[in-house]
Amino acid sequence: MYTASDLRKGLKIQIDGEPYIVTEFDFSKPGKGQALYRTKMRNMITGVQFTQTYRSNDKFERPNLEERTMQFLYSQDDEFHFMDTTSYEQIFLTREQLGEHLNFLIDNMEVQVLFFGDRPIDISLPTFVNLEVTVADPWARGDTSGTDTKPVTVQTGFQLQVPPFVEQGDKIQIDTRTGTYITRVKE
Amino acid sequence: MLGPSGLRRRSELMGALRAFFLARDYLEVDTPVRLPCLLPEAHIVAFSSDGWWLQPSPELCMKRLLARGCERLFQICHCFRKEECGRLHQSEFCMLEWYCSGTDYLGLMAECEELLTSLGRALSHFPSLQVSGHLQWQDKKIDLSLPWERLSVHDAFRRYTGMEVEEALARDLFEELLVSRIEPRLGQQGPVFLYDYPLALGSLARRSTARPKVAERFELYIAGVELANGFSELTDVKEQRHRFASEIASLHSQGREAAMPERFLNDLEHMPASAGIALGVDRLFMLLSGVTDIRQAIPFPEETL
Repeated sequence: MYTASDLRKGLKIQIDGEPYIVTEFDFSKPGKGQALYRTKMRNMITGVQFTQTYRSNDKFERPNLEERTMQFLYSQDDEFHFMDTTSYEQIFLTREQLGEHLNFLIDNMEVQVLFFGDRPIDISLPTFVNLEVTVADPWARGDTSGTDTKPVTVQTGFQLQVPPFVEQGDKIQIDTRTGTYITRVKE
Repeated sequence: MLGPSGLRRRSELMGALRAFFLARDYLEVDTPVRLPCLLPEAHIVAFSSDGWWLQPSPELCMKRLLARGCERLFQICHCFRKEECGRLHQSEFCMLEWYCSGTDYLGLMAECEELLTSLGRALSHFPSLQVSGHLQWQDKKIDLSLPWERLSVHDAFRRYTGMEVEEALARDLFEELLVSRIEPRLGQQGPVFLYDYPLALGSLARRSTARPKVAERFELYIAGVELANGFSELTDVKEQRHRFASEIASLHSQGREAAMPERFLNDLEHMPASAGIALGVDRLFMLLSGVTDIRQAIPFPEETL
């Protein structure tokens, strides 16, 4: 079981036997009052969305999803193909199903594909991924504009803010849950 | 996450806060962050630490110092609250808390106005404060000129929810309406004090003599963000013991530990009439640096540790 304090964007829970994913989440706690967990959820089978506010003592069932380790092979049109690394079975998910995961998905990456029955419905990415910076403005040392970060683009096309010393061609580690820069990595 | 220039601005904010209070003859104190017994509060979950607790607020020790004869004191310290994480919450955060004897919550509201006005001058080189008397945050231009609006909780419920506050409480909708309907409207043109909370939400605040259904408590809002919570302190030991007993009962019903803070109650006998307030420093810095998520205003968001 999950409790309300486990709720966060991307968490999957089960309601009335069907899997739901939290698509938007806002924690609020007015001073001296009880915590409120405002969530927007999407049914992972039908795509139907709804919003609901939960409280600390609410509990949720974990969805009955099977996880299989698969490797991302290639995309064609809006289909993204994955292969089971032990059975070599191939499946695909659509662009819509993958949503924001595409910000961090690169060829040959190993991910967990989630199955509801025999239907692939989602993937879960590694928490941290290393991606190459493809577009970055050069760092002007002694820059006095007072900004601590600059925008860069990584190989997937995703844009994020990083410290100014990060340069084009660097590999950086990104937290896939938040899309934030963690560190520069040497390879 | 902050880099060198963000950290410099944060340090300048800390300096300006200290300068304000020291110039007003406030004593800066540093009280223990690990305590054997906490003030019982049903909606706050503390971290345990080898049989003791990490402070969710410096309130307990600072009030004991008031009782010891300190008349004006402030502290900037870290506080810890379990399971609080979001755009405006981190489970470890920086708090500014100050107490002043011989004043009440109205006096504290005026002091909040003076504090922000003083910061506006001291930090006028911040991009957010470059237009004199205003705070630029996102696409909002917030007018800091005095006096700030004072809106009672009673009137706020009437104005923004169409439901009386008594009914919202009876139907357990108080927080939900506050968060969804009221807070987003507060402090969008200029800062707002939301004041006079129902007695049930009075916490450690004194009951108003003129309006016995409310406690003399207020919250300061800027741009929809709850920035500070202050009140006229309750010094009636009997009443305080009674309120603690009901919080302890509520905690026990949730299966959580709680004990009567006897030493605190003992000292409360000697505490002068006073008022105290806690202000979220990370949230203040978030507003002053133009960002919308507290993680962008602190040195190390939890997920980067």
